[in-house]
Amino acid sequence: MAHEVADQERILASPWGGGQSPFAVGWPKLMMWLFLVSDTLTFAGLLAGYGVMRISLGRWPVQSGIFNIWLVGGMTFILICSSATMAVAVAAAKSGDRKRVTPFLLATVFGGLLFLAGQYYEWSHFIHEGARLFSNPWGVPQFSATFFITTGFHGAHVTGGVIYLLITALRWARGRIQPESIEIAGLYWHFVDLVWVFIFTLLYLI
Amino acid sequence: MTVTHDHTHAEHRQSFITRWIFSQDHKVIGIQYLMTSLLMAAIGGFLSMLIRMQLGFPTWNFYWAQWLFPGGFADFKMKPDFYPAVVTMHGTIMVFFVLTTALSGGFGNFLIPLTIGARDMAFPFLNMMSYWLYPPAIVILLISFLVTGGAAAAGWTAYPPLSALRNAVPGSLWGQTLWLVSLALLIVGFLFGSLNYITTVFNLRARGMTMSRLPLVTWAQFLTAILMLLSFPVLFAAVIMLLFDRHLGTSFFIPSGLVVGSQLVTHQGGNPILWQHLFWFLGHPEVYVLILPPMGIVSEILSNNSRKPIFGYTFMVGSLSAITFLSFLVWGHHMFTSGMHPLVGTAFMVTTLLIAVPSAIKVFNWLATLWRAQIRFTSAMLFAIGFVSLFVTGGLTGVFLASPAVDIYFQDTFFVVAHFHFVMASAALFGLFAGTYHWFPKMFGRMMNERLGKIHFWLTFVGIYATFYPMHFAGTAGMMRRIFSTTQYEFLRGLAGMNMFISVAAFGLGIAQLIFAYNFINSWIRGPKADRNPWKSNTLEWQTESPPPHGNWGAHEPTVHRWPYDYSVPGATDDFIPQTVPAVPAVSGAAVDESDGKPT
Repeated sequence: MAHEVADQERILASPWGGGQSPFAVGWPKLMMWLFLVSDTLTFAGLLAGYGVMRISLGRWPVQSGIFNIWLVGGMTFILICSSATMAVAVAAAKSGDRKRVTPFLLATVFGGLLFLAGQYYEWSHFIHEGARLFSNPWGVPQFSATFFITTGFHGAHVTGGVIYLLITALRWARGRIQPESIEIAGLYWHFVDLVWVFIFTLLYLI
Repeated sequence: MTVTHDHTHAEHRQSFITRWIFSQDHKVIGIQYLMTSLLMAAIGGFLSMLIRMQLGFPTWNFYWAQWLFPGGFADFKMKPDFYPAVVTMHGTIMVFFVLTTALSGGFGNFLIPLTIGARDMAFPFLNMMSYWLYPPAIVILLISFLVTGGAAAAGWTAYPPLSALRNAVPGSLWGQTLWLVSLALLIVGFLFGSLNYITTVFNLRARGMTMSRLPLVTWAQFLTAILMLLSFPVLFAAVIMLLFDRHLGTSFFIPSGLVVGSQLVTHQGGNPILWQHLFWFLGHPEVYVLILPPMGIVSEILSNNSRKPIFGYTFMVGSLSAITFLSFLVWGHHMFTSGMHPLVGTAFMVTTLLIAVPSAIKVFNWLATLWRAQIRFTSAMLFAIGFVSLFVTGGLTGVFLASPAVDIYFQDTFFVVAHFHFVMASAALFGLFAGTYHWFPKMFGRMMNERLGKIHFWLTFVGIYATFYPMHFAGTAGMMRRIFSTTQYEFLRGLAGMNMFISVAAFGLGIAQLIFAYNFINSWIRGPKADRNPWKSNTLEWQTESPPPHGNWGAHEPTVHRWPYDYSVPGATDDFIPQTVPAVPAVSGAAVDESDGKPT
């Protein structure tokens, strides 16, 4: 019996013993991580579709002649910079430097908007040149279809992220939220950037 | 303490609408999911009656059916293009809108917080949203019967090009689009649900509730949520691509050179096999989404009614986890005839056969739990034992079908229909019934009628074997899975008598379910009041009131001191020791921990 009581005390003290979070994170952050895992698989599905199309068709336009690599490279650079400003906002929120958080959040929003502007320019340029979902002047129709769907789905994530960050900045400025909420928004934003790195590599470079 | 006060006050403030309709209480949401799913089961079941009517009696006139579906019948006989729509909707409704929603949405919501000692889900608002995406999905799905061309007819798997070309079959016109939109809504609902389930199990377990003290029913729900979180988004991506193919002219799934209605299809270069890969990456985990929760439910009920600890708890958790993991590696066994490389087919055969190992471990552990037990034959227990029987019967034909050489012969025959109706559909349904009979007192505070429950069990058990067992022979004789009449081919005519028998058995099976419906409603209204723990169970949900109050535990959350299977412990006064009983006074007073569960 004494042995069982000691066992119980050991269990109650351990992180997995219940009554607390085993990873020492609140449920909102854990839930965001899980959502991102799930969202990763949606992107994986789209990118797998792209890969299968490209491999099973056997012919694909040479991207370097079609994409403006300087524009897309610039967009990628801006997005990575916005990840950096996001990281600064998260660090400031954690260290209690309340006043630095809002401007850096807004800088992140600005980076997101610049990225979206670049994407708007790229899309309208393509459409002007004759690219459609079902056809394009450079080769197989799947080339433009996968391009529009994958970058469009990512662009929708960036747009959602910009709105999410604006609301977060507003709520922070009004003192409605804790530093952890900034960190959770940061997780989402870094995820969107990370996905872009994969899309940039797979769609534009390889 | 403050939390408790908020809860009690909140209960007084709530209006009818926030308490019963747009409720954020996990118990109400669970019951909403269960009730809606049972209504959908009535619709899905009715569709299966139409299928059996057509296959059993293809030459009869059905006046009432023409009145009900004026577009689907002509001269009081079913139109050939209406039949696949009925089959498609039956499958879709039963898999996604009944079994997934009832077992995961219903029992998951109701049981997870109660069995781990939490007051609610982590994010109750998201939980409410999860339920409220379900009714719109139902409306969109059912409206498709009324649109031009009727409901989707490409099967529950929605294979292109049937599902991708809008003029392939009548149901491909608008029905398929509504089908895809409806499913997309439901997927988002499942995502919200599984986010809550996983987070709640990780973070909100009561003090002392380690993962190794988690009841198996909760383990099963937890692993199911992981399956859903990882598999449904892939289908979501595929649904997006298919919608683009259908309406915006892309060609992900439509190959070159198709001719439909003597016109060349303009789409080219797509790959219909891509859909099969993406669909089955969801589709196979999905069948485990249907079977893991019943495995948990059955483990709980078998142990409780055997008055014995579950045999091999660690192996039960391990085998559940192994099935969860392996279910992501076997999707190709649905595609042996799609022209895949034989080496790939062999690889998928090996992973598929591997799943038989954890499944067999579970079956032997259930049998060992029953071995030399003083079994209490409640209705729930009968359905739990019936589950084991159906799971074994269906599982054995699964081993047949895992072999590519055998599967090439059986592909798309009634043998496959028999297989999955045993292992996945009927078994999951038995889990659903067992769970309902067992937890009904906790959900509604009243007991179900045991006599009616037992009659329901025997009619259902015999009805299922009589309905589905002969289908093995029909399939072996070459009867195709989605053929609309046995009169179509000479070689099928000999099966007409067997199909008539199957149909009569199916009608009996359908009518037997009315007993359950009557028992459910009647017990809800005027069943005898249930006390806290009518089954003398150890798990936490039975240590609070029936039904539990808002916030579940009154003033004090429970503290867990032991695993959930301390039944018939030698030396104890009672044959059960609830999880809340501390180690020291266990032998003297094992009944109820006085500090827990009392209302303030």
